[in-house]
Parts: sequence; structure tokens; C-alpha cells
Amino acid sequence: MSLSILRPGLLSTVQDLGRFGYQQEGIIVSGAMDACALRVANLLVGNAENAAVLEITLLGPLIRFEADHLIALTGAHLSPTLNSQPVGLHRPVWVAAGTELDFGVPVAGSRAYLAVAGGVAVAPVLGSRSTYLRASFGGLHGRALRAGDVLPGAHPTPAGQRIIAALAATASSRIWMQATWTPGLALCPTPLPNPTIRAVAGPEYEQFTPASQQAFWQQPFTVTPDSDRMGYRLQGPPLQRHTSAELLSSAVTFGTVQVPAGGQPIVLMADHQTTGGYPRIAQVISVDFSALAQVRPGQLVYFQEVSLAEAQALYLAREQELRALRRGIATVFGN
Amino acid sequence: MSLPPEPLPTRPAPVRLFPLGDAAIVLEFGTDISAETHQAIQAVRSYLTQHPVEGQRELVPAFTTLTLYYDPWRLSDNGRYQPYERLAETIRQLLPAALATAVATEEILVEIPVCYGGAFGPDLEAVAAHTGLSCEEVVARHSAPEYLVHMIGFAPGFPYLGGLDARLATPRRPQPRPLVPAGAVGIAGAQTGIYSLPTPGGWQLIGRTPLRLFNPDWAQPSRLQAGQRLRFVPISEAEFKQLQRHES
Repeated sequence: MSLSILRPGLLSTVQDLGRFGYQQEGIIVSGAMDACALRVANLLVGNAENAAVLEITLLGPLIRFEADHLIALTGAHLSPTLNSQPVGLHRPVWVAAGTELDFGVPVAGSRAYLAVAGGVAVAPVLGSRSTYLRASFGGLHGRALRAGDVLPGAHPTPAGQRIIAALAATASSRIWMQATWTPGLALCPTPLPNPTIRAVAGPEYEQFTPASQQAFWQQPFTVTPDSDRMGYRLQGPPLQRHTSAELLSSAVTFGTVQVPAGGQPIVLMADHQTTGGYPRIAQVISVDFSALAQVRPGQLVYFQEVSLAEAQALYLAREQELRALRRGIATVFGN
Repeated sequence: MSLPPEPLPTRPAPVRLFPLGDAAIVLEFGTDISAETHQAIQAVRSYLTQHPVEGQRELVPAFTTLTLYYDPWRLSDNGRYQPYERLAETIRQLLPAALATAVATEEILVEIPVCYGGAFGPDLEAVAAHTGLSCEEVVARHSAPEYLVHMIGFAPGFPYLGGLDARLATPRRPQPRPLVPAGAVGIAGAQTGIYSLPTPGGWQLIGRTPLRLFNPDWAQPSRLQAGQRLRFVPISEAEFKQLQRHES
């Protein structure tokens, strides 16, 4: 049960839903940038939602499956192929040993997720298999994948085995075969360029001048090339406070939009620091982390204000959809 | 070492609650760094660690705030409640009891051995020049106080310390170093701290500790914890090398 990395791609890392409980010791959460895509990928192969998967960035890797595997691809559309034949996203796919998964032109979005039934079986560190690049632990040897790496797989769950059996019953090929069913569109959106990202006002919102508040909600911001898993540096109208009071460091999180003295905002992403001292003008709502994770450098983002009540209603609706998918799969294939 | 518990504040400042997005709530205990604020944060943190609220995922203490991350789903009861409002109400109700929680009576004093100056502290002379003190006085004043670990942040195991002798305040270096080694002890403005990971950094480096501040293989991966007290103990280069061998 293993996957050979023949070409690593731009940045391919092992991620799960993140490392919780250690932020008070300065240890970041890490985890998938697009956690919803990770959860869907896992459900499609019968895994627990937080199993470890491969996060693939823009230019994908070349991978050879060294055993038969059940896989699913979600998130960005990076032109995946199996033995040079295009393969669909958002569905279970069975691949025979020796099959090669490759990626081509990035069509939409930035980050794709490859789940394998049973999960990527690297050793957990502090309760998570996510890669913490800067501290060099978690994932595979604490780093991004390299050519020659071998990712350990694991045995599929009983549900995963039944998904494989169902695919085999309709098999037209002995090399690979894909299911014809996919989750509802809400759980497998096609990433849009230049998205509108919803946010609630941040703790220091009132410290910004009315002109800056207005500019923040009305004008586009460019995601600069100096953006990564820690945060996106944005370029747009400079945002100014009507005070120059220094702030004491306090907790910051995924989606926190902080504004250093220069006035150009930074949106914190999955590898964000645990604490920060810059004024926080806004906080992106959880359900829009996926759209944000899929934006590419050079694209624009627009911010739209919503209330906290709306944000939480959307959060609950998203959870309902994920639970409905989990129930649907469990009804057909068992737990 | 055992210290007597500090007396509880007689009139605790009101605690302000506000959201940090849709999955975190901030408890703000004031706007200034003080022993009372620190103690109130530790008391509530201790209470919530022992009696977690529904949906609680983790707690992050800072200088004047305690941030609680939560799962809104766990608080909604299938849409019957607005998660933030329900959580804020729960916290308001438990605050009086939480604030009265006795924080561990045995406060821990952690000693951090530091080899000052030379290759380990390339900016010791710059700090001495800036402050008008001799190198020996800088070391003596830096290793005299019992510092308070206000919070851990910025990097794994990196302590924000309170208690630096005001005479030692020195601005950051004009150009940050591309790589500061783990264990480097530095001064930046009125703060002192210890780099826990090799990172770029602009603090004035006056020494280095051979101790690791952070190891993901430890059950508690950060050597230091918010609420502890800390003292720097000057050591020689020979002692540094001996302790370093012992650490690895």
C-alpha cells in the first residue's frame, strides 16, 4: 500500500484538518487550506473526514500507485490524468497497481486534494498528520514531497471496500475506473477567479477611518505573488486607522485580515501564526475559506460584509450538507 | 520552588466579550499589561481547561485576552440556538466562578542557562554601548529579575516575557539577520525573549541557551508555559557545550 512520487510538483504536502490544542504553546494549526475539499475527498473513499490526504498546489505531481488503491480528487481542477486519460473530480476512482496519476494545465483554482482509501499513513505528531513546514515536523519528514519519496497507504475502511466492490461490478477496465455519481454541487464548487469573499468586521474595525472602511468593502484587492500557506499579502487602497496606538499581541486565526502600518492588508491562512499584534479590520467567514484557498496570485478578491448571525447560519448549513453526504454514503456503502 | 499565592484582586475589571469571526470568542480582561490581568486570565483559563464549555476546541492566552476557539455546530443544537450568543451567555454565567479559581499555588520558576557575549551574543557590546552600561552590567541586569511568561506565541515555544530592566531597552537592529539560531536570547525595545526555532530576526542578540525550548516529541512540546516565572542563569562556554551535549 504505497504511492511513489516520481515528480513532486510545485508544493505537495500531507495535510489533515489540522493540529488543535497546541496554539497556546505557539504551535500553529496547519491543515488543509481548503478543508471542505479535504473532507469531501475523504468521504468519497470511505475515510474519516479528518484522514490525511495530499494537498497539491497549481502544478501537480506525478505519482505511481504501487498497489491497487481507491482514490478521490477534489478542490482545484489541475487537469488530472490516469495513464494519460482524463479522470473526473469529486468521485471515487479505483486504480490498479502501476497506474500513474499526472496533472497538467491548472484550469481552475490553486489547490487540489488527493485522498486515498485508508488515508495517508504517515505517523501523527501531536495528534495530527499535517505538515508544519517551518518547524519541520508532521507529514512526510516535516517537508514538502520530493521525487523518490514513498507515501505509505493503509487498508480501506469497510465502507471503502464496498465502494471498491461496487466499482468492480461495473468495471470496463482493469487499469482504473471511476464512479458516475458525485456529491451535490454545493460541496464541489468550481473555483472562481476574482471571487467575492464574505467577512465580518474584525475586533479593530472601528479604529479604521470611514474612508478606509468603505474602501475595504468596495474596492478589489490583488493577491500578490508574495502569498503562501501562511497568508496572502494583498495590494489595494491603503487602509488607515485614525489612531496610531500600538496593540498588544493577541490570538489571530485563519481568515483574520490584519493591516500592518503600511496599510496593505494580509489575510492569514492555514499556516498562520498563533498570535499577532496588527489591527484586524475583518475576519473572513469559515464557509469562504475554500474560495479564498483556491485564489491564485495575481487574481483579485472583493470583500463583502455579512453579520455574525449570517456567518454562523452559513456555517451550520455547510455542516448540514457535509452530514447529508456522509449519511448518503453510509446508507449505500455502510460505515 | 514554592511561592505564596498572590492575593486575588479585590475588584476585578469587567471582562469584555467579542467575536473573532464565526468560530472564536475573545475574553478581554483590560487593555494594559498587569499582574492582576495576567492572574485573571490564568484563573479563567484554568477553570475552562478543567470545565470545558460545549464546543470548546482550544484556548489561547495572551497579554490581556483569552481566546476560545469553538465549533459552532456543537452549540447550535440543530439550529435552535445562535452559537455565539449561546456561548457568550454561558461564559458570562461562569465568569464569577472562573475568576475566583485559585491558580496553582505552586508557581514554577524555570531557570534558563545562558552563555552571554562572544559568538553566542554578538550584539552584547552594541547593547552596552546603547545603554551606557558595561557588558558585565548588562549581563548582571539581564540575569537578575524573575521574568513572567505572559504568553507563548510568534513561534512554537517562544515566550513573551515581562520584567526586563528598563535600563536594558535597546531598539531592534536596523537590518534583521537572515537566520537567528534557536536558543538565541535577545532584546527588542523593552522586551526580551528567546528564539525557539531558527528564523530570520532583528532582535539584539546578547547570548544563547543550550536548552531546547520546543520539541514536538515532548508530551508538552513547549518547555515554557504561560504563567510560569523564569530566570536567566549565566554560564560559561564550557558549561554551554556540556549542556548542549546533554540536550542532544
